[in-house]
Amino acid sequence: MPDVTPDTKKVWQRRDRNHQIMIWLGQFIAVAIFMYCWHLVSEKTTWFFVLDAPRIATDMLERMMPPKWTYMETLWRPIWDTVAIATLGTLMAVVMAFPIAFLAARNTTPSTAFVRPIALFIIVASRSINSLLWALMLVTVLGPGVLAGVLAIGFRSIGFVAKLLYEAIEEINETQVEAVTATGASGPQILNYGIVPQILPAFAGISVFRWDINIRESAVLGLVGAGGIGLQLSASIDTVTWTQVSVILIVILATVIVSEWVSAKVRHSII
Amino acid sequence: MADNRTWKRPPFIKNPTLRWGIAIGGAIYLSIAMGTMDVNWSRVAAGLPRAERFIMSFFPPDFVSRAGDIADGIYESLWMTVVSTVIGIGLSIPVGLGAARNLSPRPVYLFSRGVLAISRTFPEIIIALFAVKIFSFGPFAGIIALSIGTIGFYGKLLAEDIEDMDPVQAEAVKATGSSWFQWLNYAVQPQVMPRMIGLAMYRFDINFRESAVVGIVGAGGIGATLLTSFDRYEFDSSAAILLIIIVIVMAVEYSSGFIRKWVQ
Repeated sequence: MPDVTPDTKKVWQRRDRNHQIMIWLGQFIAVAIFMYCWHLVSEKTTWFFVLDAPRIATDMLERMMPPKWTYMETLWRPIWDTVAIATLGTLMAVVMAFPIAFLAARNTTPSTAFVRPIALFIIVASRSINSLLWALMLVTVLGPGVLAGVLAIGFRSIGFVAKLLYEAIEEINETQVEAVTATGASGPQILNYGIVPQILPAFAGISVFRWDINIRESAVLGLVGAGGIGLQLSASIDTVTWTQVSVILIVILATVIVSEWVSAKVRHSII
Repeated sequence: MADNRTWKRPPFIKNPTLRWGIAIGGAIYLSIAMGTMDVNWSRVAAGLPRAERFIMSFFPPDFVSRAGDIADGIYESLWMTVVSTVIGIGLSIPVGLGAARNLSPRPVYLFSRGVLAISRTFPEIIIALFAVKIFSFGPFAGIIALSIGTIGFYGKLLAEDIEDMDPVQAEAVKATGSSWFQWLNYAVQPQVMPRMIGLAMYRFDINFRESAVVGIVGAGGIGATLLTSFDRYEFDSSAAILLIIIVIVMAVEYSSGFIRKWVQ
């Protein structure tokens, strides 16, 4: 803090007065917005239930203990399904995202005016709609089951993979592309030898990263009937068998930790 | 012999055993996974004409007939997002500081990392499921779920950013004899702030998207409206809601890019 000696000398200040006022105003508006939103929350909340929450939470925890380990036997298949949904969904997304990324990247798109906006819209639409919402729609069409889950994960992941990939494509080293072009390569050859080798590590990294996220997402798809361990979770919650719920939560925790470890290892060895 | 040698692209994975091992193992796993998928193809075939009708019933999106409900839902989602982002980030700052290895003692570090790991593992929707059981139905449960998700996300990134900061500046400030809080305020905060503001915007964006699904388990927001429209087969209204979500996400993403540029 600078010593403020008013009348005599000028003291160093970080910002001039107008700037300072603007910042104060911004902070004031932000706080006002938050307070207003909090007011809306408080209006819609029954505070009695919130005050009662600690009791209910401890009660729930007590009923979860001890986990019913024998339930594990029926869980192996859902675990397998969960991982399969994530893997096949990621695979599908990766295959479809690859061309979309090339259409969306500014330096490889065939037309900036027409094709690129479409590709960008596909990316945004796929990213904005949560996999659970995709699953909700697909279950209506395909019926409950693993296939709806795979497609839901796939549709959700296209946008993610394509977005990161097209950013990687836009950041490639143009001199390499130029060198390949100078040998008289055709368009597909330039793509194959000039661009693809440069983005392959990023591509592999993104795919594994998304796979790891997808394991987490496919664990909940069962809530809307799209297969995986979420089915058991919602069934156990509906039948209030809390000792099974705790087993499922532990299983999800373990699966996620393992998949995160695998993904970190793979990405580490690539990059 | 030397004349007709041709250049071959070097393989992505250099070790041939590993390369073929991964390829064959992957193929075996995929075929088994496909096999166990247990698709009821007749059900799918029956669903296809329905899919066509289903997709057609999304068009044209109907913004009008449920306009009031949609506006309420979107509004609720927005303020849920604001509150949960602010609370989540507010809570994640102490956790993030605790989880930075260069800042905090070992026990605090381990404890904070544990908190982060647990809140990051479970998807928001599972947390929302339990929050609804504990706090009863309504947006409060959703806010709790989104805030917990925010702590896991933001706290981890904050901790990593602090661990990556330039120690020279931090040492310089410490050498002036600053207190711990002054050190935090003048040495650590300016270094992590620009990136953290960008990430806050990003998390706002994520929270908005998540607020559209926590409604499925009864935790308020536009998700509840969306689920209702699905259950009542008013797919044209669902399409309208989905389009609005997409537009808002795009708007947030665009403005967050703008703010990030302005901050840096």
